[in-house]
Amino acid sequence: MKARIFVTLKGGVLDPQGKAIHHALDGLGFSGVNDVRAGKLIELDLADGTSDDDIDAMCRKLLANTVIENYRIEKVA
Amino acid sequence: MKSAVIVFPGSNCDRDLAVAFEAVSGEKPVMVWHRDIELPEGIDLIGVPGGFSYGDYLRSGAMAARSPVMQAVAKAAERGTYVLGICNGFQVLTESGLLPGALLRNAGGHFVCRDASLTVENAQSAFTSRYAAGEQVTFPVAHHDGNYFADSATLDRLEGEGRVALRYADSINGSARNIAGILNEAGNVLGMMPHPERVIEPAHGKTDGRRLFEGLVEGLLANA
Repeated sequence: MKARIFVTLKGGVLDPQGKAIHHALDGLGFSGVNDVRAGKLIELDLADGTSDDDIDAMCRKLLANTVIENYRIEKVA
Repeated sequence: MKSAVIVFPGSNCDRDLAVAFEAVSGEKPVMVWHRDIELPEGIDLIGVPGGFSYGDYLRSGAMAARSPVMQAVAKAAERGTYVLGICNGFQVLTESGLLPGALLRNAGGHFVCRDASLTVENAQSAFTSRYAAGEQVTFPVAHHDGNYFADSATLDRLEGEGRVALRYADSINGSARNIAGILNEAGNVLGMMPHPERVIEPAHGKTDGRRLFEGLVEGLLANA
């Protein structure tokens, strides 16, 4: 079983990396970009039967810092 | 007085911090490896040093905060042992929940390496007792993730309770309210981005940092 964890900065938390990417896109001539936010994708290969609670706990205890980040879990068959 | 310095893979200010502890106390600190599950008996002061623990993987300080030794540090902090986290050590303390908030990438996106003017906001703490309130000091900073962030309720609480120990005189990294160092509620844990251990003897060019260590040791010896 696989799970993909998307970790993103909360709204209102400054994202200098996203800003730099935005700037670079502008520099390449892509003028229609309103905003860029960069995040992380973490792929977990899990033992079958790993509970949703355990995956959520992994996110809360380590994979995301919930002071500044949100996370979304996507289970892949 | 017994002190300890925690060493993670990737720490690089551990020896500087040990030199500072020894310079003011006359006793060599115990260097404690990140995989140790216990601290030596009778430790009064723990240093969490700067560096790039675990290569800053995932988030700065995130892996170190979950290492075995940090559980022992958290228990010691709970008992009132003094804990000083500098630079990466501050990041480790916020990641481990011993201090509120988080340290984000610097607002300008650049690694900032320079001398920084700081204002001592709270001169009552065990860490700052040898400074005057409002005094300006200069410590070096060298970090990429020093942009202190907390929600406004937490910031108000920190300010109201006198837990902002040090503030940058100018915005150098985007930190909320120019915060450079904060205390925990009990006042026995200080996290700060600037490096006092790099300015403790004349050969360093400045000695502004020495009083932080002297004040700490003086207080510990007085209470011993």
